Amino acid sequence: MSFPWANEYKPSHPFMQWMDEKLPVPRLVYNAVGAGYPVPRNLNYFWNFGFMALACLGIQIVTGIILAMHYAANGGVAFDSVEHIMRDVNWGWLMRYAHANGASAFFVVIYVHIFRGFFYSSYKAPREMVWLLGVVIFLLMMATGFLGYVLPWGQMSFWGAKVITGLFGAIPLVGEPLQQWLLGGFAPDNAALNRFFSLHYLLPFVIVGVVVLHIWALHIPGSSNPTGVEIKTESDTVPFYPYFIAKDGWTLGVFLFVFCAVLFFAPNMLGHPDNYIPANPMSTPAHIVPEWYFWPFYAILRAFTVNFFFIPAKLMGVMAMFGSILVWFFLPWLDKSPVRSGAYRPLFRKFFWFGLIPAMLVLFYCGGAPAEEPYVVLSQIAALYYFAHFLIILPLVSAVEKPEPLPYSITEAVLGHDENAKLANAG
Amino acid sequence: MARILSILVGLFFTAGLTWSLLVGLFNFEMPHSVEKDFHKHPKELHLSSDGAFGKFDRQQLQRGFQVYKEVCSACHSLRLVAFRDLAALGYNEAEVKAIAKGFQVPGIDPATGEVNSRPGIATDYFPKPFANDIAARAANNNAIPPDLSLMTKARHDGPAYVYSLLTGYADPATYKNEQGKALPKENYPPATGHFNPYFANLNLAMAPPLTSEGQVQYGEGSPKPTVDQMARDVAAFLVWTAEPKLEKRKQTGWPVLGFLLFATILGFLAFKNVWADKKKKA
Repeated sequence: MSFPWANEYKPSHPFMQWMDEKLPVPRLVYNAVGAGYPVPRNLNYFWNFGFMALACLGIQIVTGIILAMHYAANGGVAFDSVEHIMRDVNWGWLMRYAHANGASAFFVVIYVHIFRGFFYSSYKAPREMVWLLGVVIFLLMMATGFLGYVLPWGQMSFWGAKVITGLFGAIPLVGEPLQQWLLGGFAPDNAALNRFFSLHYLLPFVIVGVVVLHIWALHIPGSSNPTGVEIKTESDTVPFYPYFIAKDGWTLGVFLFVFCAVLFFAPNMLGHPDNYIPANPMSTPAHIVPEWYFWPFYAILRAFTVNFFFIPAKLMGVMAMFGSILVWFFLPWLDKSPVRSGAYRPLFRKFFWFGLIPAMLVLFYCGGAPAEEPYVVLSQIAALYYFAHFLIILPLVSAVEKPEPLPYSITEAVLGHDENAKLANAG
Repeated sequence: MARILSILVGLFFTAGLTWSLLVGLFNFEMPHSVEKDFHKHPKELHLSSDGAFGKFDRQQLQRGFQVYKEVCSACHSLRLVAFRDLAALGYNEAEVKAIAKGFQVPGIDPATGEVNSRPGIATDYFPKPFANDIAARAANNNAIPPDLSLMTKARHDGPAYVYSLLTGYADPATYKNEQGKALPKENYPPATGHFNPYFANLNLAMAPPLTSEGQVQYGEGSPKPTVDQMARDVAAFLVWTAEPKLEKRKQTGWPVLGFLLFATILGFLAFKNVWADKKKKA
């Protein structure tokens, strides 16, 4: 669907006319990210992170394909093949650092993208499907990130693989056989490394597929916006090209600048030194920590320290860890407030800035800290708030809150007045 | 219905967490250990390769290589570095070949096919000092001397850690930590260990490798080979072995950032231009 005032694709060159009749790919592009897609004119800079995420996915796929040409997924040589890339492959160090830091950049961008969605309730009707597909992409990203971190076959690769697949071992009855089936053995070894590589190469293309669906689903109702007021007339929108290509373009430059600053001057800042030690099943690292982007969820996992009635602490932790993301799937039905944007929801806004954000930051910090006090107690308090926020506070807030008055339209929000509003009032 | 269900699920998780939290608070105890009290953060070390404009000091790398060759290589391998790589330290082809020739590397007798050893050539990698891990353990009180190729990337504060460890050995009987506390007797290292506050568990299997000034004879015009200087030099050398492309990386970074800055400014101006008519409040 599109808006009736959307520009129509009219190819002038005979070849493009011929192409448009046979295979209208240019028309598809024109309507998806060209002048044929009307976008709310009031989008703020938080709406630029979707485009950046797409750029990250591109960087990861290109650098990843090149790395795969030189990497060897075999327990005996995987570590050395990565060092071969770093030392002997032309520009190999650049590809590998870009890929490792690219994963981090992808997650930074995606966390902003997700929390933008939380604040402006981008998950609400009519965009539930956009949101659901987005959560699927996030889960696929986490799986891909985890699998990729195992491939260099350093100490954290090995022990991370052991801990994460060990989580499946917490499932009653089938846990242990399931874990062995996933690993292809009793502990991570060549079988696990090979299948992890295979899946690590596959999943990004699955992500591409779901991203296409994500954007497709977005184009049906059109983009949300900071007021949460739906598009009413043509004056509420501008065409994606040139307006948002120009805006996304220059912010992509800012993003790449920051990314390259880290890549060229502090490429190991976000990694763990232990992963420069070859995997050794006989020597457990002092603190096993996953990559930084898993820290909040790792903190939730470790927050459950005692059995809850008949449920073992580990199982509680595993359920909570997966549950902490799965709960996002239900957001469109938990938050019933008719107002979308947090900018017009006084109570919701307080819980967002003074509840969810601090809780997330504490979970981030504690997930990377050793499993000792005071981090355990801190992560318990933060995790408690996290679950209360989504499952208890959000449904209740939407029931009791009195939202602030909304602007009549996007045009009014931007220009301070809207001719159509006067007409509507007069009529 | 969705609300009631979600609140019930929420109560389940929050109850589980509250229970964990209460038990945690009841048994709350800050972690405490002798290691925490006595483990020291590495000393400061500034190398010419530090910072965004960092470049290797070739002379220092050569001295560090000499320390590795004459001291460390007796026990520690450098398996990811080939002799040919040493050209980056400023040695010419003949010098690299001569260095390689000075090492015996595993080989195969071309006449009989028997395993033997032969003088190294430029494409060989540094040979390992022990045939295997068991031999390494047997010769070192059951501890395997780790490979040093990536050492400065494989530890927090890499080069500073190496430098601190090499110069940080202390006598447990007279050592006082920052709070002036003496090491408890029961935490003295065993007879085969060596007290070193920069090592995570304070007890290092390696005996102090650099013990006296002039242990390594530096060439003309070099600084005095004090223990401190030798430790700095070998730390600098290990920064290079861990990342031979470090200099190239930093040098590539500047033009890339310069280009991106230029492109971003152009992009910003284009953005301003495109949006000019939409931003007006009329």
